Amino acid sequence: MTPQLVLFYLLAALTVGSAALVVTRRNAVHSALFLIVTFMGVAGLYVLMEAEFLAAVQVLVYAGGIMVLFLFVIMLVDLEERGRAEGPRPAARRRGRIGLSLLLTFLLVALLLVAFTSAQYAGQGADGAVLRAQGGNVESVAVALFQNYLLPFELASVLLLVAMIGAVVLAKHRI
Amino acid sequence: MLTLNHFLALSLVLFGIGVAGVLSRRNAIIVLMGIELMLNAANINFVAFARFLPAPNLIGQIFPIFVITVAAGEVAVGLAILIALYRNRDSVKLDEFNILRG
Repeated sequence: MTPQLVLFYLLAALTVGSAALVVTRRNAVHSALFLIVTFMGVAGLYVLMEAEFLAAVQVLVYAGGIMVLFLFVIMLVDLEERGRAEGPRPAARRRGRIGLSLLLTFLLVALLLVAFTSAQYAGQGADGAVLRAQGGNVESVAVALFQNYLLPFELASVLLLVAMIGAVVLAKHRI
Repeated sequence: MLTLNHFLALSLVLFGIGVAGVLSRRNAIIVLMGIELMLNAANINFVAFARFLPAPNLIGQIFPIFVITVAAGEVAVGLAILIALYRNRDSVKLDEFNILRG
């Protein structure tokens, strides 16, 4: 039971659990928040698979851009689906919860340290030697993206421009 | 020992949850969220193969960058369509859009 395996099962449980909650909640805002948790879980899985740049892109674009867009549209559109406002909760016992959360945080940090600093972890894939020669994941992705895959990169930027124009035209009141 | 099959099984489950969400929900915004779950499952597949295949390849990490890019554009346009629909029909419930039904 290596620490990477434990971390995988934790992240998988988090991702799958919050994904199941996304598609079952009646309240669309709750679904959006659980989708953010799902994206964070997927980003953690990317780090576990040694795709650190992709994990950062995932958090920035998905959790930071796309979900903000979703929440804006839910606020504009979903007036009756947003669910009844919940009353204030009764005051719960505070002391036990703080201790439990501190303990869980400590265990999680310990697990992350063990999983990502063990000798088994670094450079496991077939790209291990290439990665170390080029100075890490971001540099390798950058070299590949801007040398071999430059045309798809430029076409993606044109596609984003087209999507931007299309979204503005569709959502405008009067053209 | 972490293997390729772990990540393939995970992406299968995630994809299935996305499909279930798309097919069973009436709210169009939740349907779009299900589509995002499916795209993420496909991305996990790509990265898992990049990590576990014996031949060196970084395309498995670069292609998800493009998938995320296209997903961002698609969500923008899809939500704009939803806003335009809401402006005309005052609802985003999918079973109320049945003009094409014979």
